[in-house]
Amino acid sequence: MLSNIGNSILFLNLSLSLLIIYFAFQELKKNQNFINKKIYYISLTQSTLIIVCFFTLIAGFLTSDFSISAVYQNSHSLKPILYKVSGTWGNHEGSLLLWVIILTVFSFLFLVTNKKHLKKYRVYTLITQNVLIIGFLFFILFNSNPFDVIIPTPKEGLGLNPILQDPALAIHPPLLYLGFVGSSIYFSAAIASLLTNYSNSNFAVSIKNWVLISWSFQTVGILTGSIWAYYELGWGGFWFWDPVENASLLPWFAMTALIHSLIVLEKRRQLYFWVIILCLLTFSLSVLGTFLVRSGILNSVHTFANDPSRGIYILIFLSLMILGSVSILFKKFKSNNYNLNYNSKENFILVNNWFMIFYLFTVFIGTIYPIFTEVFYSNKISVGPPFYNTVIIPFVILFLFLMAIGPKVKWIKDNFYNLKINFIILFGAVFINFFIFFFFKSYSLLSNLILISSIFLIISTTRDSINLLKNKEFNLSRIMAHFSFGLLILFIGLNYNFSSEKDFNLKVGEVKKFEDFSIKFQDLNLKELKNYKAVIGTFEIDDYKDNAKLFLSPQIRIYENPNTLTYEASIRSGLLKDFYITMSNIDRSEYYNIKFQKKPFMIWIWISVILISLSGFLRFFKYENKNY
Amino acid sequence: MKIKIIKIFTCIVIVFIIGILFFGLNKDSIYNTKGLEGSNIRNIKLDHLTKNEIISEKDFTKKGFTLINFWASWCGPCLIEHPFLIKLNDEPSLQIIGVNFKDKKENALKFLDVNGNPYDLLAKDEFGKYSINFGIYGIPESILIDENFIILKKFIGPISDKDYIFIKKIIKNS
Repeated sequence: MLSNIGNSILFLNLSLSLLIIYFAFQELKKNQNFINKKIYYISLTQSTLIIVCFFTLIAGFLTSDFSISAVYQNSHSLKPILYKVSGTWGNHEGSLLLWVIILTVFSFLFLVTNKKHLKKYRVYTLITQNVLIIGFLFFILFNSNPFDVIIPTPKEGLGLNPILQDPALAIHPPLLYLGFVGSSIYFSAAIASLLTNYSNSNFAVSIKNWVLISWSFQTVGILTGSIWAYYELGWGGFWFWDPVENASLLPWFAMTALIHSLIVLEKRRQLYFWVIILCLLTFSLSVLGTFLVRSGILNSVHTFANDPSRGIYILIFLSLMILGSVSILFKKFKSNNYNLNYNSKENFILVNNWFMIFYLFTVFIGTIYPIFTEVFYSNKISVGPPFYNTVIIPFVILFLFLMAIGPKVKWIKDNFYNLKINFIILFGAVFINFFIFFFFKSYSLLSNLILISSIFLIISTTRDSINLLKNKEFNLSRIMAHFSFGLLILFIGLNYNFSSEKDFNLKVGEVKKFEDFSIKFQDLNLKELKNYKAVIGTFEIDDYKDNAKLFLSPQIRIYENPNTLTYEASIRSGLLKDFYITMSNIDRSEYYNIKFQKKPFMIWIWISVILISLSGFLRFFKYENKNY
Repeated sequence: MKIKIIKIFTCIVIVFIIGILFFGLNKDSIYNTKGLEGSNIRNIKLDHLTKNEIISEKDFTKKGFTLINFWASWCGPCLIEHPFLIKLNDEPSLQIIGVNFKDKKENALKFLDVNGNPYDLLAKDEFGKYSINFGIYGIPESILIDENFIILKKFIGPISDKDYIFIKKIIKNS
């Protein structure tokens, strides 16, 4: 029943998209300056229907209708309601439906919010976006249909992978998708802009908010994924340079570059083709990311759902998309000579873009390289953190300095009157760094430089905000974004250098002492909960240095549907540091393997990223100075 | 001219990357356990599913072949391959050892009750730890070994029609 409704809506939406494309082409022949109401209505119907379709699938999950294959494979009647709902998008098929929702709804919203812009440009955007929608609807209907029926109806479902049963992960996919898929709209707009020669400021204005929104959501999406990895995977880290994490970072770099160069296009009418390239690149990288994750071409913690036949489809789609857009770009491309003064805001923004492209390129190479070696040498290798850290970190230092100086430089041409103040700030940053270095703990030269540059950025932006407040030229979102990026790097640096970790075996009643800590394994309990059993250990931790005592209770969870063992870390988060314990059983032994970690400033890493994304939302809601 | 070179270069790079992705996708060596074929399994120690004893090399047939099959009652695809295992059970020179993976004993026994028991020996791997030694990363998976414990073939995913014929052929040819 539900599956029939779902399937019919999908087919209906496919025909609506074709209808929109047909009417849109009709529209292009007409001379009037407004778009026919008919198209608005069809687009609205299409958006409403796809949402209804999604709720149909949610209903399937809520009522545990196991005749629907997506429900059977990812749900179980005993699962808590939250995870029944989040199970809807916690799998390949359901999440593709979410893709199409965002494609469709954004298509409609772009149509209604850009009435001031050239009609032809809007119509072409609509057409391109609907071509994308059709592509994904085809993919859903003929390869990854969540509404496939299983006959006879199974009595019970297979259950959702327990490591996905987590609140952060319940909201992670929708947030990330708003970013990932949201970038489709400026992909379409870029194509339309090329086809209609609707360029420069107007084009920049029409896509600015879409870039901001997708960038902000992408940032929070990456954050929730990272928080999930920290709490759930039990490795005690927040970023692993895993291929799938990289896949989400690639479009983020492109979007960040785009946000900056859009300002130049809007204010100075320069860099038009570069902006177009970034628009095309962002969505292409999003689709590439989906390809890498879903095809199973790379091994990663996220490959809980992969299937090569999906891979082929996405790859063909991606190739057509890239080749199509590149050929349009080449046809319309005119070489321009940008005469940017090296000491101008435009130029600094361009430099930001170089850095972003450099990071993007590095991460791209690191992610793709294992596939490359496999194809050419049949060698299975994996590129790990050392590669990324060595290549990226030195450039981050320079990047942070430029990020501090750049925004204050004037448009067109500036002179060097503020050199002195920068030296004073630099001196302050060096001083603070050495204060930390001598009084707390020494660390490497590279870490010194990272801390100095991030403190430099923090002081600089703080000073900017005070100055700008006085002049009433307050650009909160820019200052907040740069300031919190400085914080992020500072806290990552401190976290990296001041973390401590200890691995040992204990049995109940034993005590382990090391550094300033003593850890006592107090007792072990078995608890039966709704959808799992838990072996819970209680540990008493004495921190002699801070004279504090706390209790942590890590768990080993035994899930039945599907039958899986997970190790839950127990984490005590504080303003200054997190304590982190995981335990795992050792076979045929009363000893348990304990991993204890002290991670300073974790919470501040999360807060910094939240602030970064908030700055994007702030600009979207226009709490900004218009003259900036 | 310069623009033309850039255009051609861009196209080459794009085609190159897509090509690599395409060939990468078609290489099913992503989970390459081919290296295992031809190698020897030694020091087999598995807990018996129902009895309180350990299954080791001495329990394996001295003549003929052994198929070690990793399965669970909660695994859908295991149901698909089950009929083939039952058919294979008729082969006199093939011993089938089932390793019940991360499963509950009662569910496992119920599964065999309903669908039939193709296994000559039943072992368990409650926490999925022993299976790692066999290069197992998901179930169902099966390993075909000869009397010298040399791995002839590793089957990833459910045993299919083709795999069934392949196993029959190997047994016949020996």
